[in-house]
Amino acid sequence: MLELIKQPWHWSFAGILIGLTVPTLLIIGNKKFGISSSLRHICAMCLPAKIPFFNYEWKKEIWNLFFVVGIFIGGFIAANFLTDSSGIEVAASTKVSLAQYGITDYSQMMPAEIFHIDNLFTATGFVFFVLGGFLVGFGTRYAGGCTSGHAIMGLSNLQLPSLVATVSFMVGGFFSTLVLLPLIFQVIN
Amino acid sequence: MESKSSVDIRHQDAMCTNESAQDELNFLSNIKYLIVGTLFGVVFVKAEIISWFRIQEMFRMQSFFMYGVIGTAVLVGMFSIWLIKQYDIKTLSGEKIKFEDKTFNKGQIYGGVIFGIGWAITGACPGPLFAQIGSGFLIITITLLSAVAGTWVYGYFRERLPH
Repeated sequence: MLELIKQPWHWSFAGILIGLTVPTLLIIGNKKFGISSSLRHICAMCLPAKIPFFNYEWKKEIWNLFFVVGIFIGGFIAANFLTDSSGIEVAASTKVSLAQYGITDYSQMMPAEIFHIDNLFTATGFVFFVLGGFLVGFGTRYAGGCTSGHAIMGLSNLQLPSLVATVSFMVGGFFSTLVLLPLIFQVIN
Repeated sequence: MESKSSVDIRHQDAMCTNESAQDELNFLSNIKYLIVGTLFGVVFVKAEIISWFRIQEMFRMQSFFMYGVIGTAVLVGMFSIWLIKQYDIKTLSGEKIKFEDKTFNKGQIYGGVIFGIGWAITGACPGPLFAQIGSGFLIITITLLSAVAGTWVYGYFRERLPH
């Protein structure tokens, strides 16, 4: 049984479990599934600085912070106890595309060539850690939600604005992958 | 008693109106969210959703995997919400489950595209960031801090941005 769990999970199994988070959060406490709001609560908690967007009773949303701490713990448990360390199976065509950028290490889920502490004060680190993270934090709040809040929760509740947001996410992602990343890799290499 | 403007600010995006009642703002009442989050984090890692490579596959359309995950999740979510509305399913404490409609604003487009760009670069949306750190990629803490900074800067410029 444990051996089965230790294999990578099928997308349908993951999709079902993620989808079930929607009714679970609603039923246990009338909470709408969303994660990027945690970034806002952290700002409100640490540095509201009289900015209206962060001046609200963040303690009332504290369930969300418990939730994301749970995600952290879950990641820890899964990585340390529920995984066989066989690296990750990636589509052959993707591997070919990524090889042009010098990415060949598939022993972990994140390419070690990029996501390594040695890159911390390099251009690579700046783009992939700082700039990328900044765009995620800025963009998700500007859009009022991320994949969880818009693509999953919003679409489950048939919200047209969430469809607009989801399409925009995809447009941004396609543009970034097909146009920006090649340029980025050219510059940093 | 929360001021009206504080409530208004939380209502400004529907995602921020998941308030807990006063008697639920303690550790014990929130453990259940920690548990659900933990299961969620396990799924993220086990299904390799936190992998930068999966996001690359998705945006290069070289694998069905991520589309399968998100598509299935949406279908399951849609069906469960339909069931909840159809059978007036209540919360564990017997309250009516509330749904709110989101209003459209241009931020969904501009912010959406900006997030999408960052998503492809980092290989993560906010949820996976927490799981990546938990699974041992401590360097992602920098990404998370940058994301918080990004949110903060958004809040700072909010009134001056097109919505």
